[in-house]
Amino acid sequence: MATPPPPLRRATMLLVAILVGVIASTASADLVITRADRRVSAVDLTSHIVRVLASLKVRCSALFLCFHFVQVENVGPDPVSQVLISFPNIQAKNLAAIRAFGTEGKVKGQSTVLPIEVVQPSGAPPELTFFSALLPKPLEKGKILHLDVLTVFTHSLQPFPEEITQAEAQLVVYQDSAHYLSPYPVKSQSLTIRLPGGRVESYTRHPSAKLVDSELKYGASEDLPPFSYLPVIVHFENNNPFAVAKEVIREIEISHWGNVQITEHYTITHGGAKLKGEFSRIDYQSRPYVRGVSSFRNLIARLPPRAHSIYYRDEIGNISTSHLWSDSKKTQLEIEPRFPLFGGWQTTFTVGYGLQLQDFVFYSDGKRFLNITFGSPMEEILIEKLIVRVVLPEGSKDIEVSAPFPTKQWQEVKYSHLDIVGRPVVVLEKPDVIPEHNLYFQVYYKFNNISLLQEPLMLITGFFLLFVACIVYMRTDMSISKSSPSYLAKLQWDEVQATVQKIQGLFEQCLAVHDKLEASLRDLSRTGDIQSCKAARKAADAQFKELSKELKPLLTYLQSSPQSYQIWPKVEELITKEREMQEKLMTRHSTVVDSFEKKLRGQDIENRIALQQQKIAALRQEVESLLEYISEI
Amino acid sequence: MAEPEASSAAANGGGRLRNAFGGVLSAFTLLLIGVLAFSIRLFSVIKYESVIHEFDPYFNFRVTQFLSKNGIYEFWNWFDDRTWYPLGRVIGGTVYPGLTLTAGTIWWLLNSLNIPLSVETVCVFTAPIFSAYASWATYLLTKEAKGTGAGLMAAAILAMVPSYISRSVAGSYDNEAVAIFALIFTFYLYVKTLNTGSLFYATLNALSYFYMVCSWGGYTFIINLIPMHVLLCIVTGRYSSRLYIAYAPLVILGTLLAALVPVVGFNAVMTSEHFASFLVFIILHVVALVYYIKGLLTPRLFKVAMTLVISVGLAVCFAVVAVLVALVASSPTKGWSGRSLSLLDPTYASKYIPIIASVSEHQPPTWPSYFMDINVLAFLIPAGIISCFLPLSDASSFMVLYLVTAVYFSGVMVRLMLVLAPAACILSGIALSEVFGVLTRSLKFQLSKLFDDSSSAVPASGDSSSESSTNSTKSENRNEKSETAPKEKPSKKNRKKEKEMAESVPVKPNKKEKRLLVLPFELSVMGILLLIVLGGFYVVHCVWAAAEAYSAPSIVLTSRSRDGLHVFDDFREAYAWLSHNTDVDDKVASWWDYGYQTTAMANRTVIVDNNTWNNTHIATVGTAMSSPEKAAWEIFNSLDVKYVLVVFGGLVGYPSDDINKFLWMVRIGGGVFPHIKEPDYLRDGQYRVDAQATPTMLNCLMYKLCYYRFVETDGKGFDRVRGYEIGKKHFKLTHFEEVFTTHHWMVRIYKLKPQKNRVRGKLKKLKSGAKSSSTLAAGRKNPWQ
Repeated sequence: MATPPPPLRRATMLLVAILVGVIASTASADLVITRADRRVSAVDLTSHIVRVLASLKVRCSALFLCFHFVQVENVGPDPVSQVLISFPNIQAKNLAAIRAFGTEGKVKGQSTVLPIEVVQPSGAPPELTFFSALLPKPLEKGKILHLDVLTVFTHSLQPFPEEITQAEAQLVVYQDSAHYLSPYPVKSQSLTIRLPGGRVESYTRHPSAKLVDSELKYGASEDLPPFSYLPVIVHFENNNPFAVAKEVIREIEISHWGNVQITEHYTITHGGAKLKGEFSRIDYQSRPYVRGVSSFRNLIARLPPRAHSIYYRDEIGNISTSHLWSDSKKTQLEIEPRFPLFGGWQTTFTVGYGLQLQDFVFYSDGKRFLNITFGSPMEEILIEKLIVRVVLPEGSKDIEVSAPFPTKQWQEVKYSHLDIVGRPVVVLEKPDVIPEHNLYFQVYYKFNNISLLQEPLMLITGFFLLFVACIVYMRTDMSISKSSPSYLAKLQWDEVQATVQKIQGLFEQCLAVHDKLEASLRDLSRTGDIQSCKAARKAADAQFKELSKELKPLLTYLQSSPQSYQIWPKVEELITKEREMQEKLMTRHSTVVDSFEKKLRGQDIENRIALQQQKIAALRQEVESLLEYISEI
Repeated sequence: MAEPEASSAAANGGGRLRNAFGGVLSAFTLLLIGVLAFSIRLFSVIKYESVIHEFDPYFNFRVTQFLSKNGIYEFWNWFDDRTWYPLGRVIGGTVYPGLTLTAGTIWWLLNSLNIPLSVETVCVFTAPIFSAYASWATYLLTKEAKGTGAGLMAAAILAMVPSYISRSVAGSYDNEAVAIFALIFTFYLYVKTLNTGSLFYATLNALSYFYMVCSWGGYTFIINLIPMHVLLCIVTGRYSSRLYIAYAPLVILGTLLAALVPVVGFNAVMTSEHFASFLVFIILHVVALVYYIKGLLTPRLFKVAMTLVISVGLAVCFAVVAVLVALVASSPTKGWSGRSLSLLDPTYASKYIPIIASVSEHQPPTWPSYFMDINVLAFLIPAGIISCFLPLSDASSFMVLYLVTAVYFSGVMVRLMLVLAPAACILSGIALSEVFGVLTRSLKFQLSKLFDDSSSAVPASGDSSSESSTNSTKSENRNEKSETAPKEKPSKKNRKKEKEMAESVPVKPNKKEKRLLVLPFELSVMGILLLIVLGGFYVVHCVWAAAEAYSAPSIVLTSRSRDGLHVFDDFREAYAWLSHNTDVDDKVASWWDYGYQTTAMANRTVIVDNNTWNNTHIATVGTAMSSPEKAAWEIFNSLDVKYVLVVFGGLVGYPSDDINKFLWMVRIGGGVFPHIKEPDYLRDGQYRVDAQATPTMLNCLMYKLCYYRFVETDGKGFDRVRGYEIGKKHFKLTHFEEVFTTHHWMVRIYKLKPQKNRVRGKLKKLKSGAKSSSTLAAGRKNPWQ
């Protein structure tokens, strides 16, 4: 529908689903269809999918849906195990789904789903495609089988005219046969087409045709021979959104850390009548339902409950027009493309969301399996090509797929976050996917939980090695030439630094001794114990001597080293200052002790040492700032 | 003896541990600064989305996409036929490839590690990553000049300076994003070479300069600033072999490497921007020679030689200068490019090149924009300059020179505020760290004194009475301070030291300190508090600027109303429509501002784009927009244009729309095609589109495309940007038809109606009539026919 076919191929647009009940393998005449009611639902032509239910039912839209309700009676002698259903080829190629439910006997009982396969009976006309519904048990003579067949056709509503302006409503044409096309004689049959309401431009006049409200009925016709065909055409207004996805790529990525991430890429077109001439925003905005009635501006997606981290964007960024409702049963996402879609316009976007792992991945018989719906969560959308890619975690084995309908399958490898061997990808491809295909499918695989730790461990190892490399680099001597001047200079510089540090340590010890002396003086002033004070003095003297002895070799080394030219003057200064300070301290100490011995008053002592004290404090500060300076080099 | 031995070992160990601790601390601080620089730029992603911003970034993004898809060789040979139709553009030879190659490399690296990030994501986050690098480079540079403390301070300030944020938020994928890092890093390597005299760093410096040349046209700033500094060093008598090593390899290697970049090529030796470096190169060699000879000769001989050389040298110099001047004068722009000229003469652009003047970021800045962009740094810079002079070293003189030149350039062009920002940060960092240094040091001494006073108060009963009186007055304050003071301590290291000191320093009533500048206790505490408050203001301002002022991607607009947030996503709506619903080879005409976005987002061929390399072509589009419908149709038709895109803000009040830019179209168009005259569009010198507007204005294409059927929205045609009703309300389009208008009418797309079938004879008659009537003007009206 996205590219409307030329007008004359209207016959191909016709979507019909027919169910024929045929008894027996050979004698097709043995089966008689006692009643065939087809309901072509154009209400479900809400979309463009035609659904036909033939008790026979048919539902249709650019998808149509037909329901066929068929009653089949075996009039022949032999039991019959299959029923043939036939369509003209032009319809059959638009057939997206067919499903049959059978009930035996007059009374409505338990209906069973019948398996369906394509057959080509000998002698059948080549213009027809036959499907055979296999009965669970053969139909005995005289027994009646109720058969409900649901067929869904795509591309069966053709816009006519093919180009309309913004203000016009969209008209579509639907073709079908008023008679039930069947290889069996039909005793009684009818065709009901439910239209979406609105204008009906025309329909094939027929004696039995009746248009009541929005329901068009042909029949009931009686006693039709096999393969009777009476074409009918309905031309009516249908403004339902003809959303056709040219291609949908659905990627389901399983992470055993607890998430199933789904990413869906859509390429959507409006498959209805093409827009002709201007698009005027003022008309669209002031009267959106009149001017722009054939366009659609939003799509609804029903996501599973507890979907999270939902995003909606396209290749140029986030699309801000979307709404989200969620409750415990479902998550409903209403998305608006960037612009309203008129006939022939198209757009692309991506929808992504995360699901809880435990809701979709299960474990049985030593195998895990993913159980998730196949189709897209969008409502009423026809997907011309659906590619489902199931990305299993790295290290999955023994992959099997079970899908409820035939698909093209193959496997790929995808490299994602820090993969080494890549993740196995199961790809399923199916053309013409409709909401009826939204069935669960399963992917079975084996996966060991240990593999989960592979990537974190890899990262840990990587960083560990990096740090080890750093440490090794810092600790090893990488210089190429061990005799080059710069290398030697560096070695010397290191030694100088070590020496300077040692010297610093010594000086700090000196200062500590000074402090001890001070403390002894304070004790003296408190207790008046001259003896202990003298002892302290003696100890200090000894320590000073020891320290200066230690200092000497270091200083000589420093002096001789060529690298220390920057530091040496400072160190020298430090030494002289410290000497001076030491002397002053000693003299003060002796003065104080002396005065205590002479029992002078505290005030006098203060006066005597005041000057010295000042000097000492100043010196001490200088020494300390020098030490700090040196330590900063 | 065992006891002191052990204690000395402990002290040694303590010192080493302290050093190691300091190293780890500063490394950790740097890491945090990097994180800060990165994360403060993520507001745009959090508030909006991970998307490329503005105009130029879209071009860079498109080039990166091309690079990642087709590889480096295809990239060099890329002839882009999607733009400047029908001329096209040689992308590989006209683009600064640094940014693209950087992002492309990052993308390639990530993908080869199987980390599947999209090119877009990499592009969006390139700028924040490089701002982290830039703040680390700032640390290195400042450390070379003034030590670790200043370095950390400067790095922290640069990490969040608004001026730099404005160019490097996530998504702002522009050359400046990596260029600022390259600039600072080149300066760092230069200063490092200057300090060490190591050839290794000199080589690295040349490579870093090469990266800068690859990244941004602003590299000329480096190649002029460094020679200036070298000259300064020589003049102030600071010549050394280190200076020679820092400069000579840079000029030779740097120029050779720069010439490798296609967009620079022979410009590296042929344009005036680079001459200063060669001149200084020669001078440096002369000076080096002089120093060498001075070492060889005795002072007397040297004097003789000196006079000889000077006379000969002057003669040679004159000759060289004369040749240079002649060379330069022979070229029409005096060898300077338009943008550089407008730097030297701020009025140059507005006089001669309307297209440069029309770009808002090429205007001189206003005072508020200084406050907006560098905030309190403006007040700290002078202090930084002063501390650079105490003492003046090669490195610190470089900082001062950098700042002074950057201030000048930022005064000429708003955009160059970006170059000023690092200089401002470095000097403010130096200033702050010095001030903190002084304050904490004096605090330390004062505090130790206080502790000492209190500890000695009990035993030293004989304190002088004057002392005790001052003590008692201080005692109230002291209680507070002893609580607050430990908090202000910058590091544990200091606290530890200060404790040692408090125990050890004896009673010292003397207030006089000889060498150290010590401030009173209250003053230093107040100072520290004030500085912290100042820093707090700066941080608050920066966060506000990052979150509110500079994070808007400009392709998505939001407005807050009573109903909540309202999003205006019209640009992307229009581009998405174009890309999905027009033919791949359709040409779209719009004003050049939207060229890059159209090619990148809609993937359609445009007539002109933001590269603005061909004034005539832009003038043609400007002329078409300012012409009446029929003439415009002819111009567009001759350019194969199928769709015309205009941006219109009148419905929702979006001020930077095409009507407001229209005068520039008239000016630029009129500059080439004289039949477009600016006064025709102005009523009494005023630009307006209401009932007072001139008929020329009301009949020009731009007016019609913007206001087509606008009156039907509210019945009056009230323009919410201009604030009045439009002049001409009801009119029909004859040569164009509306094909798409976005939800808020911000972008309107029109299609050229196909030519009508006409009788042959009639056509001929019409043509000849037109020719005779519109003589000369018609000849120039449409250059493409």
